[in-house]
Amino acid sequence: MPETLVFYLLSGLAIVASALVIGQRNPMYSVLMLIASFGALAGLYIQLDAPFVAVAQIIIYAGAIMVLFLFVVMLLNAPTEDGADWDKAHPLQLPAVTRLGSMLAVLLVIQLAWALMEAADINGPVAGQTGAAAVSSVRQLGRTLFTDYVFAFEATSVLILVAMVGAVMLARREGERS
Amino acid sequence: MNRALVLIPLFPLLGFLVNVSFGRRLSKVVSGGLASAAMVASCAVAAMAVWQLSGMPVASRAIEQTVYTWISSGDLLIDLTLRVDPLSAVMILVITGIGALIHIYSTAYMHDENDSEFARYFSYLNLFAAFMLVLVLGASFPVMFVGWEGVGLCSYLLIGFWYKKKSATDAGKKAFIVNRIGDYAFILGMLLLFAQFGTLDFQQLATSISGLSPEVGAVGVLSLASLLLFVGATGKSAQIPLHVWLPDAMEGPTPVSALIHAATMVTAGVYMIGRNAVLFSHAPEALAVVAVVGALTALMAGTIGLVQNDIKRVLAYSTVSQLGYMFLAMGVGAFGAGIFHLYTHAFFKALLFLGSGAVIHALHGQQDIRHMGGLKRDLPVTYWTFLIGALAIAGVPFLSGFFSKDEILYETFHQGHVLLWVVGALTSLLTAVYMFRLVFLTFHGERAVAPAEASEETSAHHASSHEGSHSTTHLHDAPPAMAFALIVLALGSILAGYVGVPHALGGHNQLATWLAPSFEAPGAAIGAGAGAVVGEAAAGAEALELTLMAVSSLIALAGIGLAAFVWLKRRAIAQAMADAYPGLHRLLLNKYYVDELYDTAIVQPIRIGSQEALWRRFDVGVIDAAVNGTGSVVAAGADVLRRLQTGSVRAYAGSMFVGVVVVLGYYLWR
Amino acid sequence: MIPLSHYLLVSAILFCIGTTGVFLRRNVITILLSIEIMLNAVNLSFVAFGRQMGTVDGQIIVFFVMTVAAAEAAVGLALVIGLFRHRESLNPDAFTSLKW
Repeated sequence: MPETLVFYLLSGLAIVASALVIGQRNPMYSVLMLIASFGALAGLYIQLDAPFVAVAQIIIYAGAIMVLFLFVVMLLNAPTEDGADWDKAHPLQLPAVTRLGSMLAVLLVIQLAWALMEAADINGPVAGQTGAAAVSSVRQLGRTLFTDYVFAFEATSVLILVAMVGAVMLARREGERS
Repeated sequence: MNRALVLIPLFPLLGFLVNVSFGRRLSKVVSGGLASAAMVASCAVAAMAVWQLSGMPVASRAIEQTVYTWISSGDLLIDLTLRVDPLSAVMILVITGIGALIHIYSTAYMHDENDSEFARYFSYLNLFAAFMLVLVLGASFPVMFVGWEGVGLCSYLLIGFWYKKKSATDAGKKAFIVNRIGDYAFILGMLLLFAQFGTLDFQQLATSISGLSPEVGAVGVLSLASLLLFVGATGKSAQIPLHVWLPDAMEGPTPVSALIHAATMVTAGVYMIGRNAVLFSHAPEALAVVAVVGALTALMAGTIGLVQNDIKRVLAYSTVSQLGYMFLAMGVGAFGAGIFHLYTHAFFKALLFLGSGAVIHALHGQQDIRHMGGLKRDLPVTYWTFLIGALAIAGVPFLSGFFSKDEILYETFHQGHVLLWVVGALTSLLTAVYMFRLVFLTFHGERAVAPAEASEETSAHHASSHEGSHSTTHLHDAPPAMAFALIVLALGSILAGYVGVPHALGGHNQLATWLAPSFEAPGAAIGAGAGAVVGEAAAGAEALELTLMAVSSLIALAGIGLAAFVWLKRRAIAQAMADAYPGLHRLLLNKYYVDELYDTAIVQPIRIGSQEALWRRFDVGVIDAAVNGTGSVVAAGADVLRRLQTGSVRAYAGSMFVGVVVVLGYYLWR
Repeated sequence: MIPLSHYLLVSAILFCIGTTGVFLRRNVITILLSIEIMLNAVNLSFVAFGRQMGTVDGQIIVFFVMTVAAAEAAVGLALVIGLFRHRESLNPDAFTSLKW
């Protein structure tokens, strides 16, 4: 029972925090809300016997990426959003577009619900596995990563390098030499 | 010697390469001398090969060299093999010997050209010699065909040598295209033979065919192949119906006319039939066609030559006519006689052309015989050599032409083709008449001054590369290089026939004996196959031959006499006859309107068809429209579609959303 | 034991929230944050499925997703900085020059 309780708690926190992310006006608050959401998700990962992923989530997402976001928000002195006057005439504000959008949203929700109902038949082995050690040890993870997925691993490292170079290039001031 | 055969075509080929690469930087002495030296070297090697050949036993008289394997594809194996046997021995000596003389002659004749044009001329001439030698040395159809096509190319290049003159380039194109039509039939013939026998090597074909029975009275595969090959020969050797290119080919320089259109290239068709004697012997119906076409061509060309006024045109039609004789010989099975006439004809026809070249050179380009006359005094060497050539071609006894022409006529009569003999005799008469008309109008009588030349008398300046300015009445005879060639060829015209003196006159007809093995399948008993070329045993046959000889001598002399009477004594008669029969005169002058017939029946329809239907309707209307239309459709489509690029990022996100929903729906539905 | 469907439901809800944020917010940084929410939702379902199948493949995929998300966030923010320098605005509707 405490397990279920923890689950509801964490998932509730995650959902509420995410809703607040998109609901806040000030981007700074959005970032902080998102960090809370990540924390809740990390808890869920631990519940799913994936401690490595949970820790990685905290370190990478909450620790690195969100800090980066904070830096940018503070650097740009991001103004709070307001609907500018010239904005009102934007084609995307037209009623037709809004109706289309809401219809698509409803469709998406229906599809997701349908998918969930199909998946509802798949029960069980989230419960079934014995011993967390058997599945999710870091050793096991490392072994699979460096044998079956080694190519993707190397490719990802190249990707990070490229992203790094790209980010530096893109954020330079005009006319600056590195 | 087996490994030196390739040198025979290789020397002129190297000459070509040097002249075409460096020609413009070489002086005329070097480029001309180099080209001539290549021919002389080739002649020397050829002579050595023939010498060696003569020392070999008759049954296996062939020297062969395989240079490399050219095509090896599945069942098809074609080597580049050169083979010298008695027939090709005669040919290579003619080509290299007379070719060398003409090269030497050309160094003087073409002297007025600038250095790079001079070198270009010699490069083409050498290339021609190389290809011609490949043609006659080839041991299989494909190798011969390489030479066949190559000489056609060089003929085009040399006819159109003075390319700035439209008539010359037109003539070159005409020659090439008409040749091509013949080549098409030639290829079909080759393919047919390959399909039937699986080989294209001459000796293997001969062996395979000799085992079959002749197709008498029927047209089977052998006859069909022979006819196709013969059509190719009519193209190359200017027989009816593909003879139209040869008179126009006179646009080229005169030495070219001598070499290509008298002595060598046009004889390729005759050689080809000789080379395939076994095949043709097994197709009597095809041989009959050959004989008839040859005889008709000889007669027709002779009649046309009677009224032509350009010195080279007369000689061109004479060539067509003499080639007709050669084909007549081949057609009645007298292969050796045909080759004999080819050999003697090379001498006197080349001589006549080179002599006319000397005349043209002396008169600074005048070619109309109505504006010549009296040149006997001014150009003695040219006159005497030309006269010897004319006597030889007319068939005056004991000159070379007499022996060869007589053998053809004898064989024709002896095989029973009396009507063809009559045609041949008639043509002999015409030959004598038009030839001596040419001689008398050109060299005898008084100088008929052309209107253009009359005005030149008032100007004192003449451009001449040999001497300074001189008046029109003083002409210079052939320079040493030209005179040398003329004299050698004159000697040849007299003496060349003595290798073929028939038994009836006490000779041994060495040439026929020499050539006989080439017309049999390898390994066959000599003299067992077709052809009464070797030895006329019966005394009755000898008496017949003597009679016919006397008849042809009489015809020749009668012809000369007739020409002397009309053009030496009473020129007015010729004009009166022309006036009396204007239609006939015009018909002959316009070459029986054959060119006009081809033009209306074939050329214009093709041209109009191509222009209107193929070009306008199809190429422009369909293909171009399709390509351009694709472009404009794409452009129009893009014009519509580009409105999707609204620039609004959120709109793009919206379209992505639509995509997601669709894809998700698809997967869920499945 | 918590059934799989529960986790999937949470994931779906988070995904919808993220999508809503991408489309309805007019601040570029908030849009990027919403994208991060969506990625996390997907991570959650990967891990859940991986646990259900008994392999570590789910976690490995999450590993890669996180890496890519980091790279993408870095580059995306660099772009935002560049854009901000031009227009002094973080409204995506302000950048409309790439049009026909």
